[in-house]
Amino acid sequence: MQTPVVAMDVRHVDDGVAVIDISGEVTSACEQVLMSAYELAGGQQARRLVLNFSALEYMNSGGIGMLVTLLVRANRQRQHLAAYGLSGHYRQIFELTRLDEAITIYEDERSAVAAAPVAEVER
Amino acid sequence: MTNPDGADGAPLELGSAGAGGVAPAPRDAPNWAAKVERLEVESREGVRGTNVAGRRLTGPVQGFGKMWQKTYAVARIPVAPEQAIAEWKAHFAEFWPKGNRFAGPITGISPGDVALLDLSIGGSTLSTGVLVLYADERSFTFMTPQGHMFGGWITFSADSGEDGTTVQAQMLLRSSDPVYEVALALGGHRKEDRFWQQTLTALGRHLGAERPEVERRIVCVDAHRQWRNWRNLWYNAAARSLGQTLSSPAGRRRRAAER
Repeated sequence: MQTPVVAMDVRHVDDGVAVIDISGEVTSACEQVLMSAYELAGGQQARRLVLNFSALEYMNSGGIGMLVTLLVRANRQRQHLAAYGLSGHYRQIFELTRLDEAITIYEDERSAVAAAPVAEVER
Repeated sequence: MTNPDGADGAPLELGSAGAGGVAPAPRDAPNWAAKVERLEVESREGVRGTNVAGRRLTGPVQGFGKMWQKTYAVARIPVAPEQAIAEWKAHFAEFWPKGNRFAGPITGISPGDVALLDLSIGGSTLSTGVLVLYADERSFTFMTPQGHMFGGWITFSADSGEDGTTVQAQMLLRSSDPVYEVALALGGHRKEDRFWQQTLTALGRHLGAERPEVERRIVCVDAHRQWRNWRNLWYNAAARSLGQTLSSPAGRRRRAAER
């Protein structure tokens, strides 16, 4: 089993809105780290989770799968999942895998946090 | 097909611009397929090659049925993970159960390649394909197109452990439409289960495992069905393949003979 080379720090920036700063490598090995960050971000209490990928150094297909698992969890709680800080390369991967249809991508933290929450997360 | 905009398959410089220059591409850049809107394919010998050209890719987000994570693994493989994956890529089709065909490019399995499939389903042939989404020395991942039974990813990987290498096939997927969902509930899951157990057993033998035992782990990640995607039915490759079989010259001859 690989050891995760990733750090995920949680910041509460607004009422019910949390930012998870992701730095390092996103692979299937970091599932526990991400789920712990999700709980720190408020778990079921948060209404909006923002993933900050500015310090992302590496991602493989296992990492994309892990984000889908997080998405399922967020959808179950009717939470909105957003992302920012993606480089052109990682933005293309989100588009190729069509993950961008479920995780809204923003240019920066301000717009990701300020964007009106989607009225109803489609189930 | 890797990075069609790059010269000689070189990774594209896609990093965001820093102060006064372009940031180097991340080290995973050569491992990912370039972005495609719709799949393009050329014909391949031995498979029908239908239901792929012009189709979009579909992941679990675009699928219909319950979401499953299925893992099939064989441990105690006496070769290094990199060698196991190289062999798997080179002989991928040979490990499949009889009656199913996989036609990839001659060059092997590389990011952006499209492989054509003819799958044996209930006495008929389902023609579809997959895109090689990601490939490195220890893993490779396929993504399915519209019309495939599943919307999702299948990752084939190898990892080293205390008593040798473990090879693994892991799927994260939903059935694509309501008809596939019913078919899976009525025996499709069992059939798929046998398919991957046979495949992993054949791979284990090929890689030198004396008595390969397949460990299976199946988790329902999301029990909800995504009814908003029921219209995926339009692309159902099983129904289309049946129509293509019946309207082919051989199919017409067979029906005339039966009359």
